[in-house]
Order: sequence, then C-alpha cells, then structure tokens
Amino acid sequence: MTEHSRHAAPVIRLRQAGISFGRRTLWENLDLEVHPGEFLAVLGPNGSGKSTFLKVLLGLQDLSTGTAEILGEPVRRGSSRVGYIPQQQSLPAETPLRARDLVALGLNGHRWGIPWKSARTRAAVEELLQRVGAEAYADQPVGVLSGGEQQRLRAAQALAGNPDVLLCDEPLHSLDLQHQQAIAELLTTQASQREAAVVFVTHEINPIIEAVDRVVYFARGQYRIGTVSEVMRSEVLSELYDAPVDVVEHKGRLIVLADHVEHHHEHDADTIREAL
Amino acid sequence: MNLAASLNLPASLAESPPLALVERIRSSYTLEGYWDLFQLVQNSVITAAVLGLMGGIFGVFIALRRAGLVVHGIAEISFAGAALFLLLGLNVVAGSAVGAVAAAVLIGVLSLRDREVSAVTAVLMPFGMGLGILFLHLYQGRSANQFGLLTGQIVGVDDIQTRTLVTVAVIISVVLVLLWRPLLFASVDPELAAARGVNTSVLSMIFMVLMGLAVAMSVQVVGALLVLSLLVVPAAAALKVSHRPLTVVLLAMGFGVFSAVAGIMIAITGTIPISPYITTISFLIYLGCLLVARRRRRVSIRKAPPVIPAAS
Repeated sequence: MTEHSRHAAPVIRLRQAGISFGRRTLWENLDLEVHPGEFLAVLGPNGSGKSTFLKVLLGLQDLSTGTAEILGEPVRRGSSRVGYIPQQQSLPAETPLRARDLVALGLNGHRWGIPWKSARTRAAVEELLQRVGAEAYADQPVGVLSGGEQQRLRAAQALAGNPDVLLCDEPLHSLDLQHQQAIAELLTTQASQREAAVVFVTHEINPIIEAVDRVVYFARGQYRIGTVSEVMRSEVLSELYDAPVDVVEHKGRLIVLADHVEHHHEHDADTIREAL
Repeated sequence: MNLAASLNLPASLAESPPLALVERIRSSYTLEGYWDLFQLVQNSVITAAVLGLMGGIFGVFIALRRAGLVVHGIAEISFAGAALFLLLGLNVVAGSAVGAVAAAVLIGVLSLRDREVSAVTAVLMPFGMGLGILFLHLYQGRSANQFGLLTGQIVGVDDIQTRTLVTVAVIISVVLVLLWRPLLFASVDPELAAARGVNTSVLSMIFMVLMGLAVAMSVQVVGALLVLSLLVVPAAAALKVSHRPLTVVLLAMGFGVFSAVAGIMIAITGTIPISPYITTISFLIYLGCLLVARRRRRVSIRKAPPVIPAAS
C-alpha cells in the first residue's frame, strides 16, 4: 500500500461490529478500517465467521451490533463499487453460456429488460476477458472449462466496473499452483494499480503472503488484526485458540502446527512432521 | 368466429363439437378432407404453436434450475385443481390453472428457506394426485372428460379458450424475456447474483408463479402426465447441441412448436389422441440432438492432436 493511500479515507470501516446467531457469537467488537490499495487476508478455522464477514460487507447479512460502511455509506447489497468472487463452484456441463456470456452477467446480469448487448457492453466484456487472460476460450461453453479457467472468469466478473472493494471467498480453493498464482496476481494488481481494497478470505496464506498487508484472524469468537508478522506468531495464535499453536517459518512459507485445533493447516503440519 | 358455421358443417356438429369431431376424424383420410379438418382444428394448432414457443423459452430455465421434477409435480397437482372444478361444475381449465399456480406458490414458499425444491415437490405430488383421484371418483359425469385431464384434450379448444391460452402464453414469454438476465444470473450463480443486488427470493417466487401458469396452459395440450414433453424436452434437446444462449432458446422454441403442431397434424388423420404423437416427436428430436452431440464430440476428439509418446 502506498503512503498516499494510507492517508486517504478508508474504503471499509467497521465499528464495534458483531455477529451472533442465537446464543452463539461468531465475533464481536470488531473495529477495522481498510484503506484503498490495501490487501487484507481473512483467516481462521471453519465456522469462525470468515464468510459471514464477507456477507456483512456485501449487505447480505445484517450485523447484530455495530456498523459497517463502505466508502462512507452503510453497506448495501448490489453496490457497483464492490466486486465479489464467491467460493468456487464448478458450473454444470450443459450451462448455455459461453465464457463471454458469463462475464457479461457480471456487468449487467442484475438488470432486467430486453437482453440486448450494446457495443459498449461487448467492448467492456472483451477488455475484461483480456485482463484475466481468457481470450483463448472466450467462445467456449463455460461448462467444459477447467476450474481454474472458470475462476478466471469469476475474477473478470468481479473486476467489472473497476470496483473500489474486492471481496474474495477462497478464490484459490482447489486450483492448481499455476492458476493460483495467476488469480492472486490479478487481485494484487487490482489493489496496487487501481487502488482497490482487497479482502481475501482464505485457508491458506502462503500463496498470497507476499501481497498481504494485514491479516484478520478469527477464532473462538475473537479476532486479531495486524501485519503477517504481528499475527502469525506462536504466542498470538496460542492465545487466540487458547491452546498451544506453533507457527513455523520454512523457506518463506508459514506453517501453522496445531494438534487439537480443528485446523486447515493440518496438511502442512503433516508434511512437515514427515519431513522432520 | 364460429368455425362450424363458417365451414358449413351440419348443425349437429356445431351443437356437440367433440363427438362430431371424433366422427369426422374417423372418416377423413383424403387430402381434401384433411384440410377441412385442419381448419376445424386450427384453434388447437395455433394454441399448440404458441405453447410450443413458450415451452421452449421456459425449458431453458427449467433445465438450468434442474426443476424438471417440479414441473411434473405441479402438473399432477394441477390435475387435482381441475378435478375439483369439474366436480363443482366450474371451468376445468380455470381449475387446473388455480391448482397449478397454488401448487407452484406452495412449493416456492416451502422451499425458499432450505432450497430442497425437489424434496418438497416429491412430498406434495402424491398428495395432490390423491386429491385428484378422490375428486374424480366423486364426479358422476362422463369419463371421457376425466381422462382428458391427464392425457390431453386440445381438439376441443374453442375461440375463447384459444384466446385465453395464447394471451397467457404470450404474457409468460414476454415476462421471461424481460427477466432474462437476472433470472439467468440467479440460476447460474445465485450467490453472486444476490451480492450484485438481484433479489433472488422474489425472482424465485415470480418464476414459480410463471411455472404454475405455464404448466396449467400446457396441461390443456398434452395433459397433466405429459407436460414435460412440452416444457422440458425441447430445451433439453437444444442444450445438447448448442451452448449459445440465443441459439438454445431459438432451437428449443423451434423444437417445441414442431412437436406440438406436427403432433396435431398427424393426430387428426387417425383416431389416436394427440399426446402420444407430441411426446414421440419431441423424444425423437431429443434423440437426434443426442446423436449430433455424440458425433461432434467424437469428431473433436479425432481432430485433437495425437499424443506424442515420450522418448524412452
């Protein structure tokens, strides 16, 4: 994030925000400001409220307490200033859409009226396809594309209209390494060059660790915010989980070792144990 | 326009069209007689054509939302509505429309929260069918009417019915075209659509009401048991051979119109009811499309560059 944007007004502002379902509190007293160009990673075990955090910012989930604002206004669904990449789901083989039709839905899918594509829409779709590197399969039916190719199209949908906020829900999930890098790069570019705030919900921080400015870590109804080196530490996560957690750095990768916490880094933990 | 009068048909024919028609269908095999007959059933042909068009557009969304079973469920429940109205001495078409829309709305409301549309449908379907059987059992009238509810009865459509069916089918089609993008968006990617401001719940309810009406209309042509042949099969066939949205819709409409109209035109040469013809034609179209798709796939595999074995 540049010095300039650090002084600019925050794009996302949460004050004393909290979410509870019945007696269960996902998280509470969340104060957070995200600035233009900032890349925020949202981490935590399953069910800790990462996706709910995104739903709040999308205006799809009301807060139980506190306020949430985007660009100085209360969050609302359908804001054109917010781009969203939902969790990866593969599209059925017989979906009657070409790649370019899917991208067009990201531009004007919410509008009703006679579905006529204007020259402007066509040009915008073409530009988006180029930006995500999907020109080669622009006319292919979406149902036959690989998960990575479909995910590029979802990125294109989210980038439509150059949003000020990009909300991504596990966008790299189940992608191969090459596609992971490509998608991560696309989102980082949107943050650094177009001054968008990126909120990136993920299980796995390593593929994006270079890009991340700050981390929000949710667990057990609490949270920690800070830079990677401030949050991803043994003592911080141990306190958050209220159980011993080890964070090990190995060749620039962070590996979280936690035996009894239901956790996503288990896989890494296994690998490291085998390696040792 | 009174067709019987305009065609100079005997008075008895004008008095009881269904019986006279059957008589006339039996005795007509020459070309001259055929065109007389064709004119006589032109109401049905128009209706079938318009319903075929509507079914084509509708089927695309039914396929996208995997709602084939829901269509069948609504059709069976619409039969209960028709049977009830028959029992009460009211208009059967209105009865099936009321039944279908009520069923569609009920399924929509019950499945809005948990999205288990097919489970809800599977629960309601036998109940509706049971009610229908009960009402028919209580009805003392002619049994021919009863059977028509299930297997189709279009030959008897009069001018007013034609106008109603065509009007409703056109309205449904227009609404579908206007809602095309959000409906497509919500069907393909409900989560993103909701985030982009599409009110997916309201849209689902509108879709269910339209589906109820569409089923009620189609029941008039092919009957409650065979509605899928007009609302699902044409689009399913089109989806096999194309992935371009516009092409799929146009093909599906073409298939729908062809099977409905050709079904009627063949049916009037003999005594077999219309529905078997329509269902068979639409099935054959589907089969044809399946073969075309298979063949294309084989060709594209053959065209793909051969795998070069790695040097050992």
